Amino acid sequence: MTSEVVAASGVDRARLLAWLRDYGVYAAIVLLVVVATSLHPAFLSVGNLRVQAFQLVPTLFVSLGMALVIATEGVDLSVGAVIALAASLIPLYLGYNAWIAIALCVVGGAIAGTVSGLMVAVAKVQPIVATLALMIGLRGVAVIFNGNQAKPVNDPVLGAIGLNSVGGVPIVVIAAVVVVLIVLFVVRRTTFGRQLVAVGDNRAASALAGLPVRRVLLTVYIVSGVLAALAGVLLVGHGAEADPATQGLNIELAAITAVVVGGTPLTGGRIRVLGTVAGALFMQLLSATLIQHDVPNSYAQMAEAVIICLAVYAARDRSGR
Amino acid sequence: MTATAPGPDAGAPLLDVAGVGKSFPGVRALREASLALRPGRVHALVGENGAGKSTLIKVITGVYRPDSGRITLAGNEVSFDTPLDAQHAGISTIYQEVNLVPLMSVARNLFLGREPRRFGLVDVRAMNAKAAEILADYGVDIGVSGVARPLGSLGLGAQQMVAIARAIQLAARVVIMDEPTSSLERREVLTLFGVIRRLREAGIAVLYVSHRLDELYTICDDVTVLRDGAVVHTGELAELDRLRLVSLMLGRDMSQLRREGVTAFGEHDADEDVEPVLTAENLTIRPKLHGVSLKIRPGEVLGLGGLLGSGRSETAKAIAGGLKRDSGTVTVGGKRLRRGTSAEAVRAGVVMLPEDRKAEGLIPSLSVRQNIVLAALPRLSRFGLVSTTKQDEIVDYFVDRLKIKAASPDQKVSELSGGNQQKVLLARWLCLHPKVLLLDEPTRGIDVGAKAEVQKLIDEFAEEGLGVLLISSELEELIEGSDRVLVLRDGIAVAELTGAQVSEPELLRALASEPTAGIDGENADD
Amino acid sequence: MTITSLTTANPETPPPVFLPSRRDRILGRIQNQGAFAVLILVVVIASIGSPGFASGANILSILVGNAYPALLALGMTFVIISGGIDLSVGSVFALGGVLASYGASHGGILLALALPIVVAALIGLAQGLMVARAGMAPFIVTLAGMLFARGLLQAISHEGQTTYEVPAGSAFLKLGQGNWAPIVTVAVLFVLGGLVLARSRFGHNVYAVGGNENAATLMGVAVRRTKVWVYVLSAVLAGVAGLLNASSLGSGVTAIGVGYELTAIAVTVIGGTLLSGGAGSVLGTVAGVLLLAVIQNLIGQYISQYGSSASAAVNGAFLAVVVLLQTYLSRARRIT
Repeated sequence: MTSEVVAASGVDRARLLAWLRDYGVYAAIVLLVVVATSLHPAFLSVGNLRVQAFQLVPTLFVSLGMALVIATEGVDLSVGAVIALAASLIPLYLGYNAWIAIALCVVGGAIAGTVSGLMVAVAKVQPIVATLALMIGLRGVAVIFNGNQAKPVNDPVLGAIGLNSVGGVPIVVIAAVVVVLIVLFVVRRTTFGRQLVAVGDNRAASALAGLPVRRVLLTVYIVSGVLAALAGVLLVGHGAEADPATQGLNIELAAITAVVVGGTPLTGGRIRVLGTVAGALFMQLLSATLIQHDVPNSYAQMAEAVIICLAVYAARDRSGR
Repeated sequence: MTATAPGPDAGAPLLDVAGVGKSFPGVRALREASLALRPGRVHALVGENGAGKSTLIKVITGVYRPDSGRITLAGNEVSFDTPLDAQHAGISTIYQEVNLVPLMSVARNLFLGREPRRFGLVDVRAMNAKAAEILADYGVDIGVSGVARPLGSLGLGAQQMVAIARAIQLAARVVIMDEPTSSLERREVLTLFGVIRRLREAGIAVLYVSHRLDELYTICDDVTVLRDGAVVHTGELAELDRLRLVSLMLGRDMSQLRREGVTAFGEHDADEDVEPVLTAENLTIRPKLHGVSLKIRPGEVLGLGGLLGSGRSETAKAIAGGLKRDSGTVTVGGKRLRRGTSAEAVRAGVVMLPEDRKAEGLIPSLSVRQNIVLAALPRLSRFGLVSTTKQDEIVDYFVDRLKIKAASPDQKVSELSGGNQQKVLLARWLCLHPKVLLLDEPTRGIDVGAKAEVQKLIDEFAEEGLGVLLISSELEELIEGSDRVLVLRDGIAVAELTGAQVSEPELLRALASEPTAGIDGENADD
Repeated sequence: MTITSLTTANPETPPPVFLPSRRDRILGRIQNQGAFAVLILVVVIASIGSPGFASGANILSILVGNAYPALLALGMTFVIISGGIDLSVGSVFALGGVLASYGASHGGILLALALPIVVAALIGLAQGLMVARAGMAPFIVTLAGMLFARGLLQAISHEGQTTYEVPAGSAFLKLGQGNWAPIVTVAVLFVLGGLVLARSRFGHNVYAVGGNENAATLMGVAVRRTKVWVYVLSAVLAGVAGLLNASSLGSGVTAIGVGYELTAIAVTVIGGTLLSGGAGSVLGTVAGVLLLAVIQNLIGQYISQYGSSASAAVNGAFLAVVVLLQTYLSRARRIT
């Protein structure tokens, strides 16, 4: 009798964990919004939501690229440095044309992604190690390009991208929706999306099935680099200055957190695009709530560290390892 | 062999395993298994895949806890929680893969945890000197400078010898060797045998697991044969001839051998004159495969016979690009495969159903549908977009034709039964319209009904003109399924059976035949 | 009866190679001592080409300027050899400094010493337990640790607004000031660290855990305990480095230490420690520290404006080259 009860509660616990894995992040967002709004009704005001959106979108871009990389059982630590690179390129080429500067940022991000991708896919260096080298070196390069001081960037195009709205919706939000839909489409409907998950789940079997394992790996790192570069463009546009020394600092941690909180395990073979969006949103709203209630930034930071550890701990249980 | 070696009755067993049972969900891995190791005797433990050898070793060494039965060591009942406990009690295990730290120096590996110390610090000089001295004793004469180098810079044989030296230095009374020679060169095997003989003289009980009959007859005194988790024979090895040993392992009674016709294979003939669709020449992957050549004609099923570890899977993988070949060529339809990658083989129409479905076949987080079309995706896509109509058509066709039982094609493949998973993998390849199908143990671990279905399918594909390479440890399956059988032993093709020769007696004879260049000769100096 | 014998190949193979070949030895030497060779080369070229370089004052400034951050690399050497990574050391370094000056101004030298060491040890313990017990990935655990330590020091310093000064005349100041104190202290710690790693059972266990965790378990190494101690050691060394640095500066600077963990990793790996674990040495790390310090010094002489950024770029490039080289060497020597 009692053993049956125990067994049943065991099943329930497993089910609860599975539910938490899949929908926990959405529930957490709802809970957070309810609590924050009841404490501070202006939380749901349009003004506040816009502020949150502007801060969220660059992290979201990076998180989506990170989700693709993590799905292949990798990780990309170089994203913050790629943002710095983009920030340093913009003032250099803004003189020609804003679009040329943006295009060059994308090219720069793609080259950085190619370097880490080649190291991972061809030289078979561990992803952490390969991207760590870029993380260390690239920001230094960016600061050399830019000079030690932050440069003001007063360009109508970049300013519009970073600040303007269409019909009340910030352009960055529209851009984010477009990028999310593209990534969602690629993951769910394309050959590449399938191969991505297959390579992350069982690389040996994927290779034996004749899948282009190297090409898949190379591609995710390039995409991650490009998305990070675009995030850099948004940051520069929104802040109206280029500061490679600080822009994008620690964003790799925020992105990994968003991905893991959103239900993509660090062990690969699974990707949750909408979960990643929710994960990034949750972390953003959490720190915003804490700051709005005069919790010092330092405590918010420590809370974030604890949440990261909890999320990774929970994800560890899920993957069964 | 040696005059001093006591008979099996002399002295009580040092390690006595009595009536041990062990079950896993769905499998009874061991039933009432017993084993008695005596001091100064080398005891062979043999059996085919799934016979329960490794489960038995793991029960002895504390990796698993037995469900029933008991283990006594030197008269005291024991029960170990970890391999380390067993080690402390004097049972050392040498694993198939060298379980040492390749980047650490040889001496450190030998002494880890027991380093000689002076003034609280490890006395490296004394440690290296002692290590050199001990290893010279084991035929690894590399001097004081040699033992300071990383273990990984030694040959595998020497590494294995270091592992053995370490095991014995730990004051072992029982040494378990789990396929210690599987990656050794011939000369290294001889050195190992020298060491085993010395262990025997020192009164240590050795349990020796190997699939190589030649080795067993060279070095072992006693033998225990396991089949389906139960002991089917135990006694002195010299009283058992090779043919009888092989038939015990495979579960064949020689006196009443007959064709039982229990498989679902039909008869079909392949035309001898037809050009082969696949030709492999001189495939070599050292040290497991030495110059194997074979031809497969369209519509023909070529069986690959051999005991476990004879190089059958390696042959299939060398052809399909799953393993890098050291030398040898593969030609498909007149075109040579030069790169030796899986992708190239798949493009050329050579596909392989791997032996280890979980590790090398399935993508567990994907659905049945996605697993089936995984390899065919590029053909089903335009501009990288998967055409759902075409995909569903193919999936429906194969789910229907192969009778794949799943709640829906969108069910996760990891939730299916073994037989249905195997059919999913078959479907993955069949939808590519391959020319050659390499099947490595296609019916292992699947239920009887599914097994008959898979066998029937193999027949049908051959009828349709596919060339098939069939690897099976089940004799009926191999004999009734194949038109020809190539027999491998120790990575060498030793015989080819054609026509009426494709029969159990002939196959058993080929498996048990004396080696052409044997190592028995080395016995003389003992 | 009519079995065709098809013996196609001769199983006879050449005798086993017990001794590593000449090529292996050379490759091994490059891996272990390459950093020293490059260091000597750079120093020789710099002495000839740049007249100011070889002066006593310049060399002293190189040594003093890099002494305390070098301790982070000492800890990192242990962590990386054990197969892990510690990204929190930069923050713990800064935290150690803040705690030491807080201690010095609130309770004297004993508190100034005890506070940073205890707090750093606790942070290391927490990280070690998460890595060793819960099996969480070291890079993410220590990234979170980096965030946490930084948050903690911001909280102590009231979001960076309070800078704790070490009271003038405090005995604590004597600890780390001057030219020789830093060099001697750090040299002693490196010698001790080198002895522990190369000549103690704990050190051997660290190599075994990083080289092959399964084998280490079977060989009787307390794998989890070893890992926990490695993270504690790394954090304590970072805390001590921060403490000494605060003593030499006379105050706890909050904005210090950002990116130090990356430099520590870079110099460790450049010194020949395998990022995949299991191999490396304290001596190699010393070579790595000196090599990058010399290069930074040279860069500073010519393009003083971007000195730290340029050396970061050089670090990254060096790291990429060394990692690729190591991957190649390991594969060529077939030691994995």
